Amino acid sequence: MNAWLTAAPILIPMFTAALCMVAWKYPVAQRVLSLMGSLALVIVGGSLLSIVLDQGIQVVQMGSWAAPFGITLVADPLSALMILIAALMGFCVALHALGDIDPVRERGGHHPIFQVLMTGVCGAFVTGDLFNLYVWFEVMLISSFVLLSLGGLREQIDAAIKYVCINMVATACLLLAVALLYGVTGTLNMADLSVRVPAVPSQPVISAIAVLFIIAFGMKAALFPFFFWLPATYHTPSVSVQAIFAGLLTKVGVYALIRVFTLIFTGDREWTHGILMVMAGITMIVGVLGSLAARDLNRAWSWQVVAHIGSMVMGLAIATPLALAAAAFYMVHDIVVKTNLFLGAGLVRRMAGGSTDYARLGGLFKSAPWLCLLLFVPLGSLAGFPPLSGFWGKLLLVRAGLDAQHYVMVGLLLLTGLLTIWLVGRVWAEMVWKAPAEPPADTLSTLPFARSYALVMPLLLLSLITVSIGLQPERLLNVAGQVGESLYDTSAYVQAVLGTTPAPQPTQLGALETGAAP
Amino acid sequence: MEVIMALTVGGMVAGAVYLFLSRQYLRVMFGVILLSNAINVAILTVGRLTTGNAPLIAQGAEVMDRAAANPLPQALILTAIVIGFGLLAFALVLGYRAYQEMGTLDTGAMRVAEPEDMP
Repeated sequence: MNAWLTAAPILIPMFTAALCMVAWKYPVAQRVLSLMGSLALVIVGGSLLSIVLDQGIQVVQMGSWAAPFGITLVADPLSALMILIAALMGFCVALHALGDIDPVRERGGHHPIFQVLMTGVCGAFVTGDLFNLYVWFEVMLISSFVLLSLGGLREQIDAAIKYVCINMVATACLLLAVALLYGVTGTLNMADLSVRVPAVPSQPVISAIAVLFIIAFGMKAALFPFFFWLPATYHTPSVSVQAIFAGLLTKVGVYALIRVFTLIFTGDREWTHGILMVMAGITMIVGVLGSLAARDLNRAWSWQVVAHIGSMVMGLAIATPLALAAAAFYMVHDIVVKTNLFLGAGLVRRMAGGSTDYARLGGLFKSAPWLCLLLFVPLGSLAGFPPLSGFWGKLLLVRAGLDAQHYVMVGLLLLTGLLTIWLVGRVWAEMVWKAPAEPPADTLSTLPFARSYALVMPLLLLSLITVSIGLQPERLLNVAGQVGESLYDTSAYVQAVLGTTPAPQPTQLGALETGAAP
Repeated sequence: MEVIMALTVGGMVAGAVYLFLSRQYLRVMFGVILLSNAINVAILTVGRLTTGNAPLIAQGAEVMDRAAANPLPQALILTAIVIGFGLLAFALVLGYRAYQEMGTLDTGAMRVAEPEDMP
């Protein structure tokens, strides 16, 4: 039963996508299927997390091939937490898509491809095999290509060209890194790698491969020298696609960084984690400065995605249990807030007649006071106002940084927070208080009731999540604490996957003898 | 043999990087093909190069009695080729669409998503 539950985060969206494709000519059936599949994924994610927290790490050997040889699926606290939060975002965005996706995009297959994207995301979270991780990245990538260019506007095609180029290079780097690591260790299972990598005689080779992984995942996660593609693409597709991209895709890169740099490359922390630290610091500052320079709401939020990736990677780079817990907490908070911000920007775009340029915004307080209230939650959480979730995330990161005496990083984090407050204040002034340049062509309230309901409900849900994390942080803190512990001391993970204590494999005869002894 | 293969991979990657530096989208795509093939050769090389023997265990025996080719890298390469082919097909169709929409494949002239006067 638990084995099926561990595989379910992959199976459910995969089958939903298949069913949606069977119902290719019936958009209504696709909508229902997509929503149902997303809801089922949320339920599975919730039960998987509670089982992992209760009973420990869940492991499935696919096809009953024993651990280092077959493909292993592993649900540890971090995986399960990420799956639950990804499933929640998937549900909210699937709901929003009911009102947002136009018939052209629907006929182009938005719903099935969205489910394929969720398959790739969940697969990347749950796999315990490095090559399999590469395959899930590719699944995620090809569906994100299609979602990005679906609709076929000039702007979208232009953005997709650049996105495709950078991502093809990134996956090539990832494949090369995986191949080289296989070459020096002879295994691809992550738990097995964490045992064998320290035993490799020439550690400089391992450090070089680690840097290749930083480049590959850094491009996915939009870390400092590799972030330029993100603000160039994220504002072009439909609002639902923007929201799921901003919420999940870069965070899968961060997840992969966390997984690889807590489990496999832990030998040369000063080198690898030092590089990550520098990249994280510059990412924060560059991202927030870019968001201040933007004159468009969507572009500003895209830059903010970059800025906050830096905060999470800072938690990884400090690598104490508290810092890893802070990174997990911050990731959950950021996924919810970024999805919410992009959905909100989509509503604002509808109110302002199809543009989010600051010059076109304004007067929202007069025209839609309820929307202002709703938008204040993610904006306040982004800025880190207590008691919303962003405050607790920043507090944890600052504590972790001070404990580990990384004062410069803490300073940069606080500076980024300050500049983010400036941005939030400016956006609020431009969007809510300023008198509008021209009477806005409000296209929101003219929509049929059911459609506007589908558009607004996800914002309400996401804001509720943010507020409840903010008011009751100790529940998520407990989970994040367990995540941090399990990432810091990975022996439980290794033991759960390999089934034995991490020691050199005994011979056939020796295994029989020791098998009888305990 | 490994040295020759390593030099070949290096040469292919150098060619790919040279092609990436071009402004023409098609040349960049040729670079992608060259790079993914270079990496496939690299996978083959790191999985030990042996001549001849197929990795089959004789009937009655429990282990291999001689050195043989490692089958896993070949499976990995096959997967990588299939994935790379799919991505490339999509990228080429995208390039064709871009040429229809914008009338050029010069990436320097594609400034629709990021206009030049934008801060």
